[in-house]
Amino acid sequence: MLSLHKLSHAFGGLKAVDDVSLELPQYCLGALIGPNGAGKTTLFALMSGFLKPDSGRVLYRGEDITGGAPHRNALHGMARTFQIVQPFAQQTVRENIAVGAHLRLPGRRDALERAEIVAQQVGLAHQLEKPASDLTVAGRKRLELARALATQPRLLLLDEVLAGLNPGEIAEMIPVVQSIAASGVTVLMIEHVMQAVMNLAQQVWVLAQGRLIAQGTPMEVTRDDKVIEAYLGHGTAARLRAAELAR
Amino acid sequence: MKDLGCIALFALIVACVPLVTSSGVALNFTMMALYACLLAQAWNILGGFGGQFSFGHALFFGTGAYVQAIAQLQGLNPWLALPLALAASALVALFVGALTFRYGLKGSYFALVTLAFAEVFRIVSLSVSFTGAGVGLMVPLRASASNMQFASRAGYVWLVLAMVVVALLVTAWLRHSRFGAYLQAVRDNEDAARAVGVDPFRVKLAAIALSAALMGAGGAFYVQVFQYIDPGIAYGPGTSVEALVAAIVGGMGTLWGPVVGAVALHLLADLTRNLFGQLPGINMVIYGVVLVLIMMFAPRGIAGFGLPARWRRLRGKRNG
Amino acid sequence: MLEFGILFPAVLNGLTTGAVYALVALGLTLIYGVLHIINFAHGAALMLALYAVYMLKDKFGIDPYLAIVAVVPGMFAFGYALQRLVINRASHGKDENILLVTLGVAIVLENLALLFFKSDTRTIETPYTLATVAIGPAMIALPKLIAFGGALAVSALMLLLMKRTDLGRAIRAVAKEQQGARLMGIDVDHVYAMSFGIGLACLGAAACFLLPAYYVNPQVGSGFVLVAFTIVVLGGMGSFAGALVGGLLVGVVESVGGLYFGESLGQVGIFAIFIAVLLLRPQGLFGAKA
Repeated sequence: MLSLHKLSHAFGGLKAVDDVSLELPQYCLGALIGPNGAGKTTLFALMSGFLKPDSGRVLYRGEDITGGAPHRNALHGMARTFQIVQPFAQQTVRENIAVGAHLRLPGRRDALERAEIVAQQVGLAHQLEKPASDLTVAGRKRLELARALATQPRLLLLDEVLAGLNPGEIAEMIPVVQSIAASGVTVLMIEHVMQAVMNLAQQVWVLAQGRLIAQGTPMEVTRDDKVIEAYLGHGTAARLRAAELAR
Repeated sequence: MKDLGCIALFALIVACVPLVTSSGVALNFTMMALYACLLAQAWNILGGFGGQFSFGHALFFGTGAYVQAIAQLQGLNPWLALPLALAASALVALFVGALTFRYGLKGSYFALVTLAFAEVFRIVSLSVSFTGAGVGLMVPLRASASNMQFASRAGYVWLVLAMVVVALLVTAWLRHSRFGAYLQAVRDNEDAARAVGVDPFRVKLAAIALSAALMGAGGAFYVQVFQYIDPGIAYGPGTSVEALVAAIVGGMGTLWGPVVGAVALHLLADLTRNLFGQLPGINMVIYGVVLVLIMMFAPRGIAGFGLPARWRRLRGKRNG
Repeated sequence: MLEFGILFPAVLNGLTTGAVYALVALGLTLIYGVLHIINFAHGAALMLALYAVYMLKDKFGIDPYLAIVAVVPGMFAFGYALQRLVINRASHGKDENILLVTLGVAIVLENLALLFFKSDTRTIETPYTLATVAIGPAMIALPKLIAFGGALAVSALMLLLMKRTDLGRAIRAVAKEQQGARLMGIDVDHVYAMSFGIGLACLGAAACFLLPAYYVNPQVGSGFVLVAFTIVVLGGMGSFAGALVGGLLVGVVESVGGLYFGESLGQVGIFAIFIAVLLLRPQGLFGAKA
C-alpha cells in the first residue's frame, strides 16, 4: 500500500527524518512510535504531501507520489488527521464532516447524509448541530477522524488521535479504530498511548531522532533493546536485564 | 428551499416599490440602497465566504465600469457591453488571484496587495488616454430600455434589483453547494481542507473571479445611471470601503448580512445628510466609526449577532 | 543614461525624502514587530500630525522644528490611547479584526480632516522654506537637508531606546515571546500601547521635518501608507535596519524613477516593487522567514 524509500528531510541544520524506509502492506493496522521529537509527524507530512522531502521517494499503491499535493493524495484515497486538531471552527459538526464527504459526493444533500452516517460511526451522532468550536478535545479528535473517514480513504494516517483523552475516552475510541481497520482501510497511527498500540497494531515501527531503529510486532518491538534505550536512556536495557537476573 | 423562498419574496416586494410610489426620493433611495447591496454582496463572496479580505475591491468595480463605458463609446449596445464588463473584471481578478494565491498571500498581505493593485490601476488610468485620463469618460444620454438607460428611476431600480437577485442566488448557492462548502473550508482552515481533497488555489481563484464579476456589474450599473466615470470614482478607496463596511456590518459570510448592512448604512448616511447637510466626507466618517464600533462590540455584524448562531447553540445544548 | 548633473541631485533628493520615509516606516515596523499588526491607520496618523504642525504654525506661529516638543508627545499620547482603548478592545484576539479596526480608524481620521480642512492643499511659509544649499552640482532645499539629518537623528534615538533602556528591553521581550514576557511580570498591554505610542511619535517627528518641504491635505496619508508599507515589506517586517535601508532605497528609486517615467508612473514603480517583494520575498531584505 505505502512504501517509503530512504526518505530524508532536514529543517535548517536539523535532520528531522533521516533515511527512513518502510513498507506498509495493505489492510495492515500499523503504528509509528518513538519518543517526542523523533520526527513522526514530519514523516506524516512527507507521506501526505504537506512537505517535500529533501531526498527519497514515497510510493502509494505502486505510484510515485513524492511531493505531490495533499489534495491530490486525498483524492487517491490517502487521508490524514492532524496532531493539533484543525476543525472548521465556524461550521457545525455535520458541515465539517460533509466537507470530507464531498470528496466522493458532489451533491450537498448526499454529503450531509453521509456525514450523519460517519458521525454515528465515531460516536458524534448526538452532536451534529454543534459548532465545532464548542466540542471538547475528545469530540474534536473524533471530528478529525470522522472528517478523514468521510473521504472514503484506502489509507488512513492518524496522528495521535488518542492524545489528550482520558482512559474512558480512549477505551471508547479503540473499537472505533478497530472497526475502521476491519472495514478494509489500511491504517497507520502515530501513538504514544501504549495500551492502544499493543491492542491494535499488527506492525510497529519505531522512530528515534529521525531514524528508524526497530520494526516488528508490538511484542518484538517492546523487547528490543534499542527501543528501550530510545525511551529510557542509554544503558537502561542492560540495567533492566541485570535487575531481572538478580531477582 | 427556504433561501429561495426568501429571495423570491424579497424580489417581489422590492419590485413593487416603483409600482406603488413615484416619489423621486423613495425611488432614488431604493436604487442606491440596492446598488450598495450589490457591492457588499460581491465583497462578501470573497471576504465573508472565502475569508480573503480585499481592501481594493474597487479594482473590479472600476474595470467593469470602464469597459462598459469604453465599449459603448465604441458603438456597442450596453446590453452587449455588460457581459464584456463582467468578463473583464473576472479576468483582472484571475490575474491578481493567480499571482497572490500562487504565492500563498493571506490576511494583511492580501489586503495590502489588493489595495496596491487598485492604486496602480487608478494612477495608470489617470495617465492613459483611452480612459479619458483625469477627465474621465462620459456616456451620451439616450434614455431607452434598449440602451440600458431609463427615463424614470423605476427602470434602474428593476435593473439593479435583477443584479442583486443574481448575487443573492449565487450566495445561496454557496450555502448549499460543494463549492461553497469547499470555499468556507479553505476560509476556516486551509491545511485541513487540503487534507480532505480541497484544492485551495482553484477554489480561491473561482471565488475571486465570481466576486469580481458581481463587482464589475456594479461598475457597469454605475456608468448607466450616472453616465460618467473617472479614475477616482472607478478605483478610489470610496467604493472599496463602502463594499466591505456594509458586508461586515451586516454580517460576513451570511446570505442577508450584506443586504442588511448596506441598507442600514444607507439609512444612516441619509439620516446624517438630513441632520448635517451635504458635508464632504461626513459619510465616510460615519462608515469608519461604525466599522470601528462593530469590530469592538459585534464583530460578527448585525446578522451574526443574532438568531442563527444562538439557535444552533440552544439546539446543540439540548442534544449534546 | 542621464548625465551626472541631473542624476546626482535626483539621488540626493531621493535620499532626503527617503530618510523621512524611513522614519515613517520605522514606526510602522515597530508596531508590526511588537504587536504583529499592520497598522492601516499609519498614513492617516501622519496626516493628523502634519495638520497639527500646520495649525501650530498657522494659528500660533510656532516654527515646525520647535513644534517637535509638542507634536511628538501629543502623537505619543494619541497612539497610546488609541491602542489601549480602541484597537486592543476590538481585536478579540483575531488578526482580521485588527486589520479592519485600523482601517476604520484610518477612514475616520482622513474624513474628519476632509470635513474640517476641506480638500485644499496647504503649505507653510518659513524664512528658510526656499533656502537651498549647494552640494556639488546639486542645489538641495535646506528643509530637505534638515529633514535628512533630523530623520536620521530620530532613528538613532529610537535604536538607542530599544537597545539601552528598560522599556526597550521590555518591548523586545514582548515582541519575541509575548506569553513568556507576561510570565516575567511585564505588563504586556502597557507595552503594546507604549509601542504603538512610540510608533506614532515617530510620525510626529516626521511631520515636523516634512511640512516645511512638503504640504498637507487629507489625502496625503494614503500616499504615504503604501510607500511606508512597501518599505517595511522590502526591509523586512520588524527590522529597523530594514526600515532605514528600505526607506532610503525607495526614496531614491522614486526620485530617479520620476526622472525617467514622470512622477505618477514613478509611484507605480514603487507599487510594482511592493507587489513583487510580497510575492517573491515576503520576508524582505532583513526580515526573518515567517
